[in-house]
Amino acid sequence: MSVQRASLFITCFNDTMFPRTGQAVVELLERLGVRVDFPLEQTCCGQVLFNTGYARETIPLVRRFVRAFADSELVVSPSASCVGMVRENYARVAELAGDAALAAQVEAIAPRVLELTELLVDRIGVVDVGAFFPHRVTYHPTCHGLRMLALGDRPVALLRAVRGIEFVDLPEANQCCGFGGTFAVKNADTSIAMATDKVRAILDTGAEVIVAADNSCLLHIGGMLSRQRAGVRTMHIAEILAQAEPARAGVPSTP
Amino acid sequence: MTDAAVHPSFPEAARVALADTQLRHNIGHATHTIRTKRAAAVAELPDWEQLREAGRALKERVLRHLDEHLLELEAAVQRAGGIVHWARDAEECNRIVADVVAVAGVDAVVKSKSLTTEETKLNEALAERGISAWETDLAQLIVQLGNDTPSHILVPAIHKNRAQIRELFLRTLPDAPADLSDDPRALAEVARRHLRRLFLETRVGISGVNFAIAQTGTVSVVESEGNGRMCTTLPEVLISVMGIEKLVPTWQDLEVFLQLLPRSSTAERMNPYTSLWTGVTDGDGPREFHLVLLDNGRTDVLADEVGRQALNCIRCSACLNVCPVYERTGGHAYGSTYPGPIGAILTPMLSGLDAAGSLPYASTLCGACYEVCPVKINIPEVLVHLRAEKVEHSRRAGGTAARLDPERLAMQTMARVFASRRLYEAAQRAGRLGQRPLVRRGRIDRLPGPLSGWTSMRDLSPLPDQSFREWWREHRA
Repeated sequence: MSVQRASLFITCFNDTMFPRTGQAVVELLERLGVRVDFPLEQTCCGQVLFNTGYARETIPLVRRFVRAFADSELVVSPSASCVGMVRENYARVAELAGDAALAAQVEAIAPRVLELTELLVDRIGVVDVGAFFPHRVTYHPTCHGLRMLALGDRPVALLRAVRGIEFVDLPEANQCCGFGGTFAVKNADTSIAMATDKVRAILDTGAEVIVAADNSCLLHIGGMLSRQRAGVRTMHIAEILAQAEPARAGVPSTP
Repeated sequence: MTDAAVHPSFPEAARVALADTQLRHNIGHATHTIRTKRAAAVAELPDWEQLREAGRALKERVLRHLDEHLLELEAAVQRAGGIVHWARDAEECNRIVADVVAVAGVDAVVKSKSLTTEETKLNEALAERGISAWETDLAQLIVQLGNDTPSHILVPAIHKNRAQIRELFLRTLPDAPADLSDDPRALAEVARRHLRRLFLETRVGISGVNFAIAQTGTVSVVESEGNGRMCTTLPEVLISVMGIEKLVPTWQDLEVFLQLLPRSSTAERMNPYTSLWTGVTDGDGPREFHLVLLDNGRTDVLADEVGRQALNCIRCSACLNVCPVYERTGGHAYGSTYPGPIGAILTPMLSGLDAAGSLPYASTLCGACYEVCPVKINIPEVLVHLRAEKVEHSRRAGGTAARLDPERLAMQTMARVFASRRLYEAAQRAGRLGQRPLVRRGRIDRLPGPLSGWTSMRDLSPLPDQSFREWWREHRA
């Protein structure tokens, strides 16, 4: 298995708030011999609009997405929930638009849109990406990664293969952190109750870093860790996988 | 279900529930226990996924031919000596039941647990006609004795622990011994003695219906305690109330659901009591059988192409037990007969988005409900669909309030910004400048207006100085 090139779908959220995640994806994939391009016409996949009930407003964003990535053989994104939006919901939006051409474009592109750990494990066929990260780490499987994309043990397998890492399982890992987009604001009290339990489970592991494949959930969890001055930091999985062992820096690991 | 109109919105009701530490403890404990047991019971069956698919497909076929199956059921029940009534809504249903009880000349009935009669508020309607309705399901009895309302589909008193139940029994059951312990067996024994007398004295029984077989007119109640068996066999007159979606075409179809329901619901391989009866039989069981077929909004749900899958529901409550929201707020916060994820879609569809408009938002869309649903109701899909309905509804209604709704303004602004690369990049730059007054010591810990809910307990990291695309242009393009 080899992947020559991939187009990065950064997502508006990472583009604006977590550029270092995007940089990590680029560095990681380049190290693995993948040429990365970044179509600058991309903006937002429309997930927040769609999930809040503004499906009609999402139509132009679906058009923009299929246009931006029309020439891409593979699209990779460091966000499970935005990939889920494209793969699960774009067909519905195209149907709502009543546009058969758009529906065909969506059908063509959706299966080519992969979440980062899917690209690594399924397409590139690598589990040990040659990363080095000597810290105690736990992993939160975000809901859309877990249930919409069924990422399964891909992220944990990748993390366990990182040199120097001390990986610990997160108790009640499958429980939602309480983010849910506008839920965190509309139902702030319930959201906080859920985040409190998630943070307690994280603290119980004694981990120094909480990792996920979605920065939106990490923004939520990290927001509470920061407020509590808990001394635990959040990192996107790409940022750990991109960290090369000093002695092996620049040497791609091949499976 | 008119109570939803006066019930506070979900976020308000949830705030109260979240502060009830006893409730948090009781529901957290109960849902975790049953969740684990369900997972083990389901893991025993290698063909669980095929069963789920069969359950979904059967329900879908039933709904496609509901009109024919209902007439088939009516004819079969009548052939077997039963009487069939059609009820358009809750009021008509309650009137039919009260009339039958009045003709029987009694002022008390025994009831097995029935969500459908909770939905129609039958007990209240009977009370207005001077008829006492005695609940005989243990948890439902606890709710009734405490002047409480159910908070769970399967375990209506899930919000109570055994110490609270002991106290309630001592206060309300004259037979309860003064030294009653909170041992579940002792509590059940007191309730059993109380109920036994009612069963023997009462001449009219009322039940719900889990499944009705159209082909033969056979009606079924699935339960654990035997009270349903008593209610459907001891009285002279039996009245069963069923939602019109509760039928299956043939006996063979029942096989699928009798595997799906107990494992999903009580985590049992098979439930202790499955009662099945066909009309009336001389010298055996009730001499008179009435079947009330209730619509009460169900045909409206059927007309909704996305929402109609909610009618697949077999009321197992697995979605409640895995829901991270339900686990923390309990059922009362939903202000509806049907709480939890299924209630969040079913209630707004049955009683209208005006009455229960906050329920479709009472979810993070985490998908745990869909994952366990034995008839594969895609609850997150329906939740988002209902949110869209609500937005469309307010769009059509128009008016200044709708136009100035902060959420709508925010969403429409976002849609405009994201539709243009130029505006999007400008907004990224503007955001970095605009956040400056909010950043304190490297964090944002106080946001204004509707966003203040975020910062009440959570910080926000400020936007970094450079967006990804700016970095890309600098280093790669």
